[in-house]
Amino acid sequence: MGKKIVILMVAVVVVVLSGCGNNNGDGYLEIKGSDTMVNLGQQWADTYMDANSEVSLAVTGGGSGTGIAGLLNDNLDIAQSSRKITQEELDAAAQKNLDVYEFVVGQDAISVIVNDANPVAELTMDELKQIFTGEITQWAQLGWEEGGAISLYSRQSNSGTHVFFWETVLNQADWATNTMFMPGTSSIYEGVAADRDAIGYVGVAYVNHGVHAVNVGLDKTGPFIDPTIRANVDSGKYPIARPLYFYVNGKPEGAVLDYLQWVLSAEGIDVLETVGFYRNSPEYEQANANLFQALDLK
Amino acid sequence: MRRVNEQSILPEGAGHVQRRKRQKWRENAISALLTLNGLLAVIVVALIFGYLLRQGYPALRELGIVEFLTGSRWMPYSPNPGYGALPMILGSLFVSLAALVLAVPWGIATALYLAEVASPKVREIVKPVLEIIASVPSVVIGFLALVVVAPLVARTFGLSNGLTGLTGAIMLGIMALPTIVSISEDALKAVANDYRQAALALGASPWQTMIRVTLPAARSGIIAAVMLGFGRAIGETMTVLMATGNALAVPLKSIWGIQLPDYLTSVRTLTATIAIEGLEVAWGSLHYHSLFVLGALLFLITFSVNLLADLFLNRSVIGRE
Repeated sequence: MGKKIVILMVAVVVVVLSGCGNNNGDGYLEIKGSDTMVNLGQQWADTYMDANSEVSLAVTGGGSGTGIAGLLNDNLDIAQSSRKITQEELDAAAQKNLDVYEFVVGQDAISVIVNDANPVAELTMDELKQIFTGEITQWAQLGWEEGGAISLYSRQSNSGTHVFFWETVLNQADWATNTMFMPGTSSIYEGVAADRDAIGYVGVAYVNHGVHAVNVGLDKTGPFIDPTIRANVDSGKYPIARPLYFYVNGKPEGAVLDYLQWVLSAEGIDVLETVGFYRNSPEYEQANANLFQALDLK
Repeated sequence: MRRVNEQSILPEGAGHVQRRKRQKWRENAISALLTLNGLLAVIVVALIFGYLLRQGYPALRELGIVEFLTGSRWMPYSPNPGYGALPMILGSLFVSLAALVLAVPWGIATALYLAEVASPKVREIVKPVLEIIASVPSVVIGFLALVVVAPLVARTFGLSNGLTGLTGAIMLGIMALPTIVSISEDALKAVANDYRQAALALGASPWQTMIRVTLPAARSGIIAAVMLGFGRAIGETMTVLMATGNALAVPLKSIWGIQLPDYLTSVRTLTATIAIEGLEVAWGSLHYHSLFVLGALLFLITFSVNLLADLFLNRSVIGRE
């Protein structure tokens, strides 16, 4: 009896140990982070693995903050993030003597979505701020007389989308107290699709049937820009567009470098656009090129 | 089992005394070991609470306990941060208590049926089925809440969506049910048969016996079941995170000037807040320490509920003697 238990415990320990450890082996990359980017990351990984069968990639979501925290705790190869790394996070990295490098791998337009029953088609940045801070509470105030009280759907604070929206649209003002904080992008989409009076925000790739994206303008005079049209984001006209990042711990080399270069290549951009995101603007292209040069990489 | 006395040179009595001594020493060792185990459990709980307090202390020193208990603005990452935990404290309490209101009558009735009425065959089927509920992962229950219960709640009460405190309470009630049923049933089973037979002999109907004799006799076990059910409900994280919408408004509404719990709005629990923010909080920051304060508050809530139940039990036992 006692012997059996000991053998079992040893077996458990062996299994646990073989599952841990830093995956610096060239054949296995662990990628984690942004919930917005998780589908994109999985598509990238699948396409890449089809061509490179000797490498296996594991892509999971959980939020940008979660991904970056994982990178700093040294159990990830790449953190996918839909927001820029914060000064606090960089300080934490410096404390641990980590060099974190940033690459921009594409762009996303955050789309404000409403239920298909909702006729409101245009909102200004200022109206959006008033809606999400609780100043405007009824759809009737925005011209939809049959609409009821607005129900607000937001991501949770560990989401890069949440942080970006809060900084860009709310200018860091408090959320309305009745804002509902949903655990993932898909739960916002499901919520808005089921709730006639809903408004929420998601990555543009998640605009799907049952909801539609509102055109956003800087002010009353317009123009009101449709985020689902590629040219609007490429040209920088859409007010709530943001870069998508890869963060790498230390100078990328081996399998990490190879994967990163593939993601930035024409094949990677193809996948990016198929999933519904946008390619890098020329300035981001340049930033990546500069970093590659500085690190003495091809 | 009698062992043959190997030391046959010694007189019979001396060996006997020696064996008795050995036996006594062994008994003492075993009871000491058991005492140690009991103490260890207490020590571990004390250590956990101590750790929560130690990690929460920097936040308490900076903000004061009053801010946490009475403030209703929770915006730790704002340039002008707020650390009011009142909406979450109320959210946790309201959702768990409503879960108990749903689960306790239902659970005790089920336990009475299983212990006193059901045939052994039925019992053998119903009990395992109930225990299966306990083994369903909370993520799955949360998903059920999203796709089945929330739309139902929305339709029933004419809301635009069903992510409410009530939805969470229904789910938690279902989750607390197996705990309450199985422990209550054990308590009822443990009631001596003499009680039942005496009551019946005095002319009480089976129903009167069940309600007036068996149930009160099993009181302490049933209270323990309710307490464990409460612990299950207030500690549940994933389900409420998915089912209640996590809004930070204070879940009260005024009816004729009286502040009453509002179950038809979105609420956020303490556990959900720790789960949402604990994953990405900067270690050692004020926000980080404030999450430990929330943990300590949860601990205190559970602890005081248990303490109250204990006091109630002891008092009622003494009152009866």
